[in-house]
Formats: sequence, structure tokens, C-alpha cells
Amino acid sequence: MGLLDKKFSNSNVIITSLDDLLNWSRLSSMWPMQFGLACCAIEMMATGASHYDLDRFGIFFRASPRQTDVMIVAGTVSLKMATRIKKLYDQMAEPRYVLSMGSCSNCGGPYWEHGYHVLKGVDRVIPVDVYIPGCPPRPEALMEGIMKLQEKIRSESLVKKTA
Amino acid sequence: MSPQEIANVLKARFADSILEIKIEGAVDPSIMIAPAAWNEIALFLRDDPAMQFDFAMCASGVDYGKGTLGVVYNIYSMKLNHKVNIKIEVPKSAPEVPSAALVWPAVNWHEREAYDMIGIKFAGHPDLRRILMPNDWEGHPLQKDYKTPEFYQGMKVPY
Repeated sequence: MGLLDKKFSNSNVIITSLDDLLNWSRLSSMWPMQFGLACCAIEMMATGASHYDLDRFGIFFRASPRQTDVMIVAGTVSLKMATRIKKLYDQMAEPRYVLSMGSCSNCGGPYWEHGYHVLKGVDRVIPVDVYIPGCPPRPEALMEGIMKLQEKIRSESLVKKTA
Repeated sequence: MSPQEIANVLKARFADSILEIKIEGAVDPSIMIAPAAWNEIALFLRDDPAMQFDFAMCASGVDYGKGTLGVVYNIYSMKLNHKVNIKIEVPKSAPEVPSAALVWPAVNWHEREAYDMIGIKFAGHPDLRRILMPNDWEGHPLQKDYKTPEFYQGMKVPY
């Protein structure tokens, strides 16, 4: 919360730039879409549960693409699912971000050679902001990815598009 | 009943349709039958008081890689605690096997999987659609000579 420090000293006026305000509100309430594709989803659920507690990042899983800002692609993307993922991504309101979680959604993972049914990386159908390595990544790794995404959002600007 | 006794009963009743009996030295004893007799044999296995095969544990498709496809049914009797494995082999050019889905409803989805992956056409199946691959997929991926497509709906498939 360094953003608002020492800006209350006189009167009831808070001074900040619009960029800072927008970025701060966006990175403090990233609502991911509630869906999982494989074993990565188990780690994602563990990260969301009380021990790792994603709520403290302002992260709540939402069941509808219309209400979400982030898509965590947690698991193997089969070609059958890829068509659905594309559709769900298109339904999300901008600004929208994508976290690719685990080897499968990064590059096909163990299915890279013989997986006739697996999309070799979700970035072949939707743009990805942060790739999280691991098979599956531990909750700490997912949180690292989330914080990387927060960093990315923090550096965005209305006039200069960085994402 | 032991596998040998079951085989003997079937041999006595469906003589010409029992093509091969593998029991001695087999890891899992099996009986190869002619596809045309499968419906009749299945009903006999289920309904005969000495058989009472009431539980179809599994049905799998096989590509033998020599121009033939096949189906293996693993059938079990809960009441009498005995088991039989029925094998059916058909040419790849005409891979048609009578469906057992109306005899044991449990094999409905197994047969759909065998159709999806191997390409066996189950005659008389109530709902023979693909179960794993998308409906517009071409080919049957677990056939030995299957070639992975370059593209599916505009998405590149190979790495």
C-alpha cells in the first residue's frame, strides 16, 4: 500500500495519478475464471484454500467469463478444449490477462511428441501474459506467477501500452 | 466353473462359432468366437442358470497390426464368481461387430470408446457416437497406421 502513504497529510484530498489508481485497483482484485483442466487444477485449488489463501490477494474465483479478469489455464489443453478456451477468452471483458500454469499449457508438456489430441501450448490460441513452469507447479510457484502478473499490471499505462 | 468348463459348454452348444480356446499357459484364458454368433452367445452367457454372467467388466478395442481389428470383452459373474474373456477379430476393411450394449448396458460407453479410438463399427449399438474425440475429428487415433493431422480447426497439432 505504498501508493497511498503520506498523501493524507493535509485536508481530505488524495492525490494520485489515474494510471496508478487504475493499476492499483486492477492488480488488487484479479478475479480468475473458475475452471481447471488437469492435475494443475488440484494445485490451483490448494492455492485457493485456507493454507495458501488467495483471498488475501483479492483473488476470488468466478464462475462466469463475464465477471473475470484473469484466466488461469491450469492443465492439459486438449484440442477439443482449446476451441472452448478460445470462446471463453473471447467472452471475457477487457482488460484481461492469461496465466499459463504448468508444462502442459506452456508447451504441451509430456504430450509434446505423441499427444495427437493435445494443443502444444495454449499460446497457440490465446495470448499469454505469464508462464508458470512446473509439473504441476507448487502453490508457491502459482503465487509467484500471480505476483509477476501484478508487477506487469503495475507498470501499465493508459498512454503507453505495455501489456 | 473353471475356464475349461465354460469353454466346453460353449463348444458343445455353439460348435462352429467357437474359433479358438486359449487356456493352457495363457495369462488370462480367452475364447475366440465368430462375430456373427456374438449376440446369441452373449444372451446365453447372461441368461443360462449355469453361467449367469451378470457383469461386463470391460470391453476394449484392439488393433492387431496385421490387417485385423478386434474387441475383447471381460465378463464376470457376481453370483457364481467365474469369469470369461471373449475375443472377436474382424478384418480392418469391414470392422463390424454385433453390439452387446443391449445385453449388458455397461458396455455401451466401452463400445463407443472402441469405436472412437479403433474404429470398430458396432452393429445394433443404440448410440454409436464418438466419446472422447470431438465429433468432427477424422480417423481413429489408436489404429497402428494412424497419422497425426497437421491441423485441427486451424490449430497446428504437431509440436
